Parts: sequence; C-alpha cells; structure tokens
Amino acid sequence: MLDVLKGPVQAVQGFFELTGRAIRNVIAKPLYLNDIFLQMDSIGVGSIPIVLLTGTFTGGIMALQLGRELQQYGQTDQTGTAVSIILVRELGPVLTAVMMAGRNSSGIASELGSMKVTEQIDAMRALGTDPVKKLVTPRMLATNIMLPCLTVIDDFIGMVGGWVIGMIVYNLQSLRYWTTTWQALGWSDVVQGLLKPFVFSFVISLVGCYFGLNTTGGTQGVGRSTTQAVVVAAVSIFVIDLFLGKIFVSGQRGL
Amino acid sequence: MNPPSGNAGAPLLEFDRVTVRFTDVVALEDVSFRIRPGETRILMGAAGSGKTVLLKTAMGLDRAASGRVVLMGEDITRRPETELFDLRSKVGMLFQESALFDSMTIAQNVAYPLLNQKAIKMEREKMEPAVRDSLRFVELEQTMERYPSELSGGMRRRVAIARAVVTKPPLLLYDSPTAGLDPITAHTIMALIIKERDVDNTTAVVVTYRYQDGNLVANFRYNPNSGRLDPVGSQGTNTIFMVLRDGRLAFEGAQAELEASSDPYIRKFVKRPERDAA
Repeated sequence: MLDVLKGPVQAVQGFFELTGRAIRNVIAKPLYLNDIFLQMDSIGVGSIPIVLLTGTFTGGIMALQLGRELQQYGQTDQTGTAVSIILVRELGPVLTAVMMAGRNSSGIASELGSMKVTEQIDAMRALGTDPVKKLVTPRMLATNIMLPCLTVIDDFIGMVGGWVIGMIVYNLQSLRYWTTTWQALGWSDVVQGLLKPFVFSFVISLVGCYFGLNTTGGTQGVGRSTTQAVVVAAVSIFVIDLFLGKIFVSGQRGL
Repeated sequence: MNPPSGNAGAPLLEFDRVTVRFTDVVALEDVSFRIRPGETRILMGAAGSGKTVLLKTAMGLDRAASGRVVLMGEDITRRPETELFDLRSKVGMLFQESALFDSMTIAQNVAYPLLNQKAIKMEREKMEPAVRDSLRFVELEQTMERYPSELSGGMRRRVAIARAVVTKPPLLLYDSPTAGLDPITAHTIMALIIKERDVDNTTAVVVTYRYQDGNLVANFRYNPNSGRLDPVGSQGTNTIFMVLRDGRLAFEGAQAELEASSDPYIRKFVKRPERDAA
C-alpha cells in the first residue's frame, strides 16, 4: 500500500520543491529578462489566435442557448447580463487556462523533456547555470503576466461573440446588450476573473516544467511527459477552480 | 587491483568509497580512485556499468549516496547545487550526445560557459576571440553562425569539445567521445583529445568502449610542428586504464597490466592495438 503511494507523494513533493525554487529565483540575480520576454511572446502572443477563436464561439453559443431560455420568460434583454457574468467569473478564466494547458503545458513539457533526454539540462548545470532559474522561472513569470491578459481578451471577445449572435438571432439592441453586460459586472467579478488566471498560470507553467524536467526514457518519455502535463494541468485547473469559486461565493455571502 | 603510485601533486579528483543509487538501482558501488594532475584516465566498461554516472558524480550532477567525492581539493558530496557552479567552471565536460543547445548558434553555444560561469566573467570584447580560438582548435571556425541541427554528428562532437575547452579547464571529462561515429571521424575526435592534453597539459577522463581509443591516448603524442600524432615509444604517456563492471571498479592500472589480465570480463575490452592507429 505504502509503495503505491510513494510515487505520487514524491511527485507532489518534487512539484512543490520546484515551485519554491522557481519563486525564490524571482528575486535572485541574474534575472533572465530576455528569456522572460521571449517566453511572453511564445506563451502569450502566440496563444492569441486560439483565445480569439475559442472566446468568440463560446460567447456565441452561450448567447444562443441562454437567449432561448430567457425568451421563455420574456427576458431576452438580459442575455448580456448572463453572458458577461458567466464569462468573467467562470468560463473565461477556466477555458483560457485549459486552452493554455493544452498549448503551453504540453509545449513546455516537450521542450524541457527533449532537453532533459539529450542531456542539455545537465550541460546547462555543468556550464554554470541553474536550469530552474534559466528555464522555469522565466516561463512561470511569462505565464503569470500573460494568462490574466489573455483571459481579459477572451472575456471581451466572448462578449462580442454573444453580441453578434444576440443581434442576429434574437434581434437584441446593441446598446441594450452592452449596457446590461457592463452593469452586470461588479468589482468582485473582476477580482475573481483576474485572480483565477493568476493562480492557474502557476499550474500551467510549473506542471509543464515539472514533467519536462523529470522526463526519462528517451523520445517515448518525452511523449509521456507531454501527455501527463496536459492531463494534470487541465484537471488541476478544474479542481482549483471549484475551491476558488467556493471561496468567492462564501465571501460574497458574507458581505 | 593495484593503484599506480609515484605521481606527484594533490589529486584533482578523488572518489572515496563512492556509491550512487537511483531509486532501486545501484549505479556505482564502493568506487575509489585518485586522479593526479597530468594523468589521463581511460574508463572502459559494458553499457550500463556506470561510466556516465561516474563522470556526472565527479561534477556533482549526480549525487553519491555514500562515500566522498573530492574535486580540486573540495569535498562536493553534500554541497548544495548553487555552491558547485564555481567549481564546475574548472571542469570541462563533453556529453555523450554532445548536448549542444539547439536554440543557439554554434558561436553562442561555445560562448555559453564564458557568459554564464560567474567565476570566469569574461568581458564581451574578449569573448569573440576566445570562441573563435576554441572553434579553430577543433577546425570548425567557419560554422560559427550555424545551428547544431545543421551539423553532422562528428562536427557536433567537435563543437562540444570546443565548448568544453573554451574556459581552459584543468580537468576534462569526455563521455564516450567516439560513440556512434565512423572510424575516421572517431580518430579525428581522439586526435583532438590528445592535442588538447598535450597543448594545454590537461588532466582527463575518457570514457570509451573502444580499446583502440585508449591505446591511441596511451601511446601517441601530438606533434605541434606537423599537426599529426607521433608514437611516444618506450617513455609512454601518463595514462591509466580503469574498467567498470556493474558499478564496481574491476581494474585500475597501466596498459601492460590491462593486457596481461586474465579476467574474462576485462579481456573482452582488450584487443591488440591496430598497427597503423595513427
């Protein structure tokens, strides 16, 4: 029984150890600024197309489905309210994070995994560089900065998608849609909508790095690490989202 | 097993009853030896006998579970990683698959230790000539702006040698420098290793499974005038052979003792030297 648990417990310990080292390195010199910008470009700017696509269609389908339900109560006008609350609080952060896990946790795991199996990580250590500082911290910081930005883009483009569908299918007035969308949002929604991606950004980057740096077994191992990174990152995002959601719901009740 | 004696100077690298374990596998067991300045060690052994682990343990890339590893007079066995970087700058390592950074040009790869090793801190204007010198040493000066993926396996191995020697380290560790190469390229690589030993007077550990590599190192010297390898004759070179078997040191001694060994495992590695090896 204990042997079965040994692996997962060691993995969790290893993950938090890596997290600790990556965060400590943020304040330690040298800070590889070039690498941070390079990763911001690859992780953040590179993900804009998929965020735009998923955002538009998610907003669109939400408006389509919710609009029909609201129509039964004669409340089609409130489509904007429903779309914006669901997007900003939940779907925006979670969907963006899951898409980013699919694109970037896997990318990071396969890149670092290939470096590991070709001894480039060892070479880096032999040549005077801490791989955590050079590879992990820049990826973590880049994701920390870019994921909230991408989530805001996703939220907005989702609202645009909802607006287009609302106009075409339910003949919603643009002004009415955007007014209800804007008025529906409170500060707590905005805080929640930005805090979640910030937390998820640690999961996406560090899970990718952890599995990449612990790759063994040649190219086959790289494939395995990549798959594991995506699965673990995506599942963790949903689990953490529930806990964060609970904290915010309780917080609002208390207010 | 008779450790050779009579070499002066404090050891550059010392293993004292070192054991290295990975989860359930014992990679090295109770290995002890001392490498003194000026020596070249030829490390042989079957696949999985612990040759690479021995080199990595010498640099603190793998850690000993028990025993002591002393590098340049400093006990590195329990040192945290961050304290090892300065010491590692005094050791050059050639990895088995070259381990060049794919995303960097050849020049950037060779400049990497000069840029990143705190103990070296080379000024940027001095860096370019140093990189050029090092690449000239391996006769690949023309490849500076190319990427590792554009080079052949033998050329990548030569660039990796250039990267290992660019900081002029006193100790060099070569992990299977000739593995997977054709005989002509393998000979070129061994000639470079001998040239490095004789030009810069470095100490080295050369991991190989080819006896002719060891024979070449032990019996030939680089001639700076002709640029070729000349036989050293009876005076020999300061070369000691070691054989690993299942993580244990099965043999340590001179070439003559190795060739005289009756152990069937050791005999497997000893072939008669090729007459025209040079």
